[in-house]
Amino acid sequence: MKTIPVETTINGDSTEFLCHADESLLDVLRDRLGMTGAKEGCGTGDCGACSVMLNGRLVCSCLVLGVETQGAEVETIEGMAKGEELHPLQRVFLEEAALQCGVCTPGILVAAKALLEKNPDPTDTEVRYWLAGNLCRCTGYDKIIKAVQIAAAEMRSA
Amino acid sequence: MAFDAQAERKFKVVGTRVARPDGIDKVTGKAAYGADISAPGMLHGRILRSPHAHARISSIDVSAAEQLAGVKAVVTGADLAQPEDDFFADVAINCLARDKVLYDGHAVAAVAATSKAIAKQAIRLIKVDYEILPHVTDVDAAMKPDAPVIQEGRALETVPAGMSQNVTTHCQFGHGDIEAGFAKADKIIERSFKTAATHQGYIEPQACMASLGSDGRGEVWCCTQGQYMVRANCAAVLGVEESQLRITASEIGGGFGGKTSTFIEPVALALSRKSGKPVKIVMTRDEVLKATGPTISTSMDIKIGMTKDGRITAARGELRYSGGAYPNETVDMGAQAAFAAYDLEAVETVGWNAMTNRPKEIPYRAPGAPTAIYAVESVVDELSQELGLDPLDVRLMNAARKGTLSSYGPTFNEIGLVATLEAAKAHPHYVAPLGPNQGRGLSCGFWFNFGGNTCVSLNINDDGTVGVVEGNPDIGGSRASISMMAAEELGVPYDKVRTVIADTSSLGFNDITDGSRVTFAVGLATIEAARAAIKEMCRRVAKIWDIDEEAVLWEDGYAKPAGPNAGEHPPMSLAEIAAIAGNTGGPIAGHHEVNADGAGVSFGVHLCDTEVDPETGATKILRYTVFQDAGKAVHPDYVEGQMQGGAVQGIGWALNEEYIYGEDGRLQNAGFLDYRVPVASDLPDIETVILEIPNPGHPYGVRGVGETPIVPPLAAIANAVSRAAGVRMTELPMSPPRLLKAMTG
Repeated sequence: MKTIPVETTINGDSTEFLCHADESLLDVLRDRLGMTGAKEGCGTGDCGACSVMLNGRLVCSCLVLGVETQGAEVETIEGMAKGEELHPLQRVFLEEAALQCGVCTPGILVAAKALLEKNPDPTDTEVRYWLAGNLCRCTGYDKIIKAVQIAAAEMRSA
Repeated sequence: MAFDAQAERKFKVVGTRVARPDGIDKVTGKAAYGADISAPGMLHGRILRSPHAHARISSIDVSAAEQLAGVKAVVTGADLAQPEDDFFADVAINCLARDKVLYDGHAVAAVAATSKAIAKQAIRLIKVDYEILPHVTDVDAAMKPDAPVIQEGRALETVPAGMSQNVTTHCQFGHGDIEAGFAKADKIIERSFKTAATHQGYIEPQACMASLGSDGRGEVWCCTQGQYMVRANCAAVLGVEESQLRITASEIGGGFGGKTSTFIEPVALALSRKSGKPVKIVMTRDEVLKATGPTISTSMDIKIGMTKDGRITAARGELRYSGGAYPNETVDMGAQAAFAAYDLEAVETVGWNAMTNRPKEIPYRAPGAPTAIYAVESVVDELSQELGLDPLDVRLMNAARKGTLSSYGPTFNEIGLVATLEAAKAHPHYVAPLGPNQGRGLSCGFWFNFGGNTCVSLNINDDGTVGVVEGNPDIGGSRASISMMAAEELGVPYDKVRTVIADTSSLGFNDITDGSRVTFAVGLATIEAARAAIKEMCRRVAKIWDIDEEAVLWEDGYAKPAGPNAGEHPPMSLAEIAAIAGNTGGPIAGHHEVNADGAGVSFGVHLCDTEVDPETGATKILRYTVFQDAGKAVHPDYVEGQMQGGAVQGIGWALNEEYIYGEDGRLQNAGFLDYRVPVASDLPDIETVILEIPNPGHPYGVRGVGETPIVPPLAAIANAVSRAAGVRMTELPMSPPRLLKAMTG
């Protein structure tokens, strides 16, 4: 199968890659661009571990084709911290022990950031429903919900 | 190793909530898990799996796959060794079947190719001729004398003659006069229960990268709960020596017991040996659910007698577990755990394991205990309800305590069950009002906890920092806890210590991360290693001060003269001693090797409020509180995290999670859409109450905490749902259709 050239922007950097027509964005990120922060937990859009932003929209990168990102803006977990400075969500997740094994964490952070951009002051129920597409098997979600709310409060007062 | 004698020890580091050393990498996406590593020239492996529940393999033709451009190796069971030992033989034929396939998803052959796409295409070109055999997936059906036999000649000597050959394990124990006990009861309830198999549901599928040369030297990078276990399995299945294999554990994306075995590492090594290149295999979710770890499925009968004031007079349980297509002894642990929370005059537990055409059971958090205790705690609750007694008072009246002869033999030492029950009784949750269609349930939980083989090496670095090398993959924050215990013992700040997890060539043998053993056993070995380093530092200082070793004591990170007779010497800090170590005898280190015992059993109590929807049969968890004895909570955040995570896995087991097999013996729900684990919107906050009743077997009093929390939820929720719905539920999961059917008759 022939590969197709794609020009896109990832975390603000213009990026070019070649991929097959049937290759997912997740495979492109992980296998072609070495960005392994997004994880494949299911490959069917059920677990959210591969969450990224595509043109400002939260998507499962396993359900997006690499070629669909032509001319698009992609944001991944790798772009969330600015140099040494963690995003408030990242920092509060550490402070509140909102992760155990950490494999769902990149997806949850990307999804939580997307929520707070849309809704800076969500209720606990809104956080729980927004994150319902991100499976975590370690924490029981309790500390994740609390961390999102603490980070949200901090971001509102910043 | 005994609990430190000093009463009311004032901890400086232990008990605080420090940052985890792997944290930054995990929130920025840098942490490298099983699938995140690649090697130059690497091939991609993929496994062909059986579509049949039970079939004889007549022939396998791999020629078309081998001829596909880009395919570099194809292997079948014939490429693996045939270990004589039963345990390793099972590992081998589970990695790649030989004569028969034993379940839907059983691995049959594997390819390595230059791309994932070619590997996927190649496995479709492998032709397998199957002679389909009758199958059985239900444990009760598998025990019938005329059931299809999955493997012949596998029964242990304890199994009576004349049973189906599927029955491999039998256990029976107890004490007291059962019949006399039942005769004394005012009320006896006998019920039968069934529970579905569930999966650990770790979010990271199994993944590995492996390289093996024709000289028998190999390397494996993989996500596992035990790199030494991977080494032993791979060595046996490949027929190579353990010293020649170096296994490195990646960051691990959840395990819960499910990563205590090997499925793909020996296959990747075999493909690598044949192709001469590194091979990476990453399982799909479908493969994870079909071919790795589910827990046991069960069928159980419980009979308990009680006086009208709530005293249990006798108890009997019969457990029938199936651990899939291989012999399995999980039922022993279920039978031992079943009545552990109770002080009983007469008790008997009987256990059976029967093989079925399901994947090989792999431990899942407190293996065997949640189901057995679910059945027992359901009957205790029903007796309390029928006799009009407070279910918590009934537990308190019958609770095991120090000196109780347990139902499985040992006499308990210091245990925290009564304190935990009293904490639940005193909590506002227990008396909060309930509305219509709502019910409150509670359950005790128990787990043995393990210690086991452990090596730790602790190095005093020349800049006054400390390196700890241990051998157990960190799933829930154990590196932080180990560093905390090293810092506590040495009297240095937490951030001066870094703990890393060794590969198999860099440290002696360690048992797998299981049995809630790591914080207990690795912690214990770390404390001993620190004490060895302290002894050496005191010896060096004694030399400098020209006094006896015994005249130097260690306090808060400093060597000090022990008393006035030792002379006037300014205290020397760890950093000062480290800086001149080269002049006083060379590098300073401590190490400790132990097969740790004294892990200390663990009890928990869960309280749960549910509301059932009479129209749909759906259950909502309204409120949930976990009470557990942690001995000493080294890092309270992570103890709470274990309690919350275990509770939610139990909630999934109780309400939704289920392996569903069709008439054809195929798994019908091999994906996260249909195998539904709890999501954030299903749940309330999970409140936690940590109790600290020191474990006499650990210098700081630590008990394992990881497994106990999955034990009580099954019964706590079943009891809450049964009370809310007005009908006693005896089958898990209590999914909406099942509950609706029970409610509407």
